[in-house]
Amino acid sequence: MSVLELTTLVGLISTAAGFLGALTGLGGGVVITPAMVLLLGIDLHYAIGATLVSVIATSSGAAAAYVREGFSNIRIGMFLEIATTLGAVFGAFAAAKIPASALGVVFGVVLLYSAWISSRPHGAPPADQPDDPLAVRLRLSGSYPTPQGPKRYKVGGVKTGLGLMFVAGTLSGLLGIGSGAVKVIAMDRAMRLPFKVSTTTSNFMIGVTAAASAGVYLNRGYIDPGLTMPVVLGVLAGSMMGARLLVGAPPKLLRRVFGLVVAALAIEMIYSGLTGKL
Amino acid sequence: MATGRERAPLTDHQVDQIIGLLLRYGVMLSAAVVASGGVWYLIQYGTTRPSYHIFRGEPKDLRSIGAILSGLARFDCRGVIQFGLLLLIATPVTRVVFSVAAFALERDRTYVVITLIVLAILLFGLLMIR
Repeated sequence: MSVLELTTLVGLISTAAGFLGALTGLGGGVVITPAMVLLLGIDLHYAIGATLVSVIATSSGAAAAYVREGFSNIRIGMFLEIATTLGAVFGAFAAAKIPASALGVVFGVVLLYSAWISSRPHGAPPADQPDDPLAVRLRLSGSYPTPQGPKRYKVGGVKTGLGLMFVAGTLSGLLGIGSGAVKVIAMDRAMRLPFKVSTTTSNFMIGVTAAASAGVYLNRGYIDPGLTMPVVLGVLAGSMMGARLLVGAPPKLLRRVFGLVVAALAIEMIYSGLTGKL
Repeated sequence: MATGRERAPLTDHQVDQIIGLLLRYGVMLSAAVVASGGVWYLIQYGTTRPSYHIFRGEPKDLRSIGAILSGLARFDCRGVIQFGLLLLIATPVTRVVFSVAAFALERDRTYVVITLIVLAILLFGLLMIR
């Protein structure tokens, strides 16, 4: 296969992944790495490096829109980024020490978990939960726009949230993914934020988290310009098309189909890792 | 949001708007640089055979910020793409730098410190680890 053919293939896969990722809210990055590794035989480290950079592009692009609509909470995001960036540097550091086969298994497990979690309905936050004292001191509570005007919310479980964010950051640095699923869990379930606030703030944080590990990846030689170019441009184009098409909630059937694709790739990754094919 | 604080130079809402624009233009600029370097790369290397099956790591001149900048100065197509990717990585970092300034203008000392910690971790990852 020539460079031109490979670039076209990777570009097409990335565009499709970005499109479906934006439509389903799962993020496109999660399927690109397994597709490159399993279908095209690209080394896992190169695939992780290329995908990580594309995560910055989609997160920043989407965050630009969300931030201006006033859903994401910048104080919560910034405070939790201490944990995610620390985890990301740690994870990127560890990625070099762990053999590709073991990384592949971890990747598959995280992928399965993300697919499962995003197929479940999110828990509605209780109407009047007590504010975490730490949240009061850090002035984390905020408000978000609704058709009836701005609605205020309180923030719980700050320490649990912070711990989960370190895990999310580590996985992001280790596997080159945004780990939005873990971030949303931390804010949705532990800190009890309204769903729209936790998803948009998570998106806002993904770029900064990925930038922390991208620095390490770059210095370690994981980021190949020829391979990363079609991934970044493809995912960006695909997610822009997806976001334009998306009005309101993502269609259930599409979510389910994409979830199945992700699950199949995850099982294949685990299998390849266990049988030493990576 | 700036209740009780007088003469806040920037409201939270204004800060949100500026951060939104910053992210958008950062991504657009880097995508343009990556795309132009990419076209050039395909013209130059399109018919060669890539080897990504075994991880070897990138050569030194694509690994550090200084080396990438000198590659850009030589108009090396891979260096141009790598510079575009560097711009993309720099976009969230710039956003954090801007947040330090915005919190300082709001006289929010706690968040100036929190944001500086995040910035320090980012720069550590970008500059210190070899």
